[in-house]
Amino acid sequence: MSRFTPAQRRYNRRVLWLSLVYALLLFGAVYAFRRDLLAGPVAWAAAILPALPIVGIFAAIGLYLAEEQDEYVRMLMVRQTLWASGFALSLATIWGFLESFRLVGHVESFYVAVLWFGGLGLGACANRLTFARGG
Amino acid sequence: MKNRLKVLRAERDWSQADLAERLDVSRQSVNAIETGKYDPSLPLAFRIARLFGLTVEDIFPQD
Repeated sequence: MSRFTPAQRRYNRRVLWLSLVYALLLFGAVYAFRRDLLAGPVAWAAAILPALPIVGIFAAIGLYLAEEQDEYVRMLMVRQTLWASGFALSLATIWGFLESFRLVGHVESFYVAVLWFGGLGLGACANRLTFARGG
Repeated sequence: MKNRLKVLRAERDWSQADLAERLDVSRQSVNAIETGKYDPSLPLAFRIARLFGLTVEDIFPQD
């Protein structure tokens, strides 16, 4: 059996494509906004476009959980997403209070997604510690 | 949960990968079940029991 389950291979492919689309859209939006090429509804659309592949990655994770047939591997991913959610929401909440009491500066809210993806890595470490290979 | 999976597998001279293929799960799953780090769902426990021609209790004894 391959190192990856069929659902993992599909997930990897989807995330790879979405990341590529994200990079292209972000590059395009930054380029256009820096040169003041956009205004009105087009500016709104251009600003939202780079966010959509990230939303797509969240959807790809949901799809992966629905498609994964290996219950143990699925459980590992569920644990990772719980770690990611707990980590990102906790830090966002703490930062929100610090910000509202004017102790720290403003941070754009899309960094919550960055924290969440970082939390997935944390979850992978937690899985490794809990279910370390042996035998 | 303690189980006899490793012994049953060894009796048949199967590797973890062989058993994983027969159960249509990853080798990672077989390892986690064998080492008691993961308790399989009821459907998977029945699949394991059917493969070895035993009951679920024979493989996952309640001591």
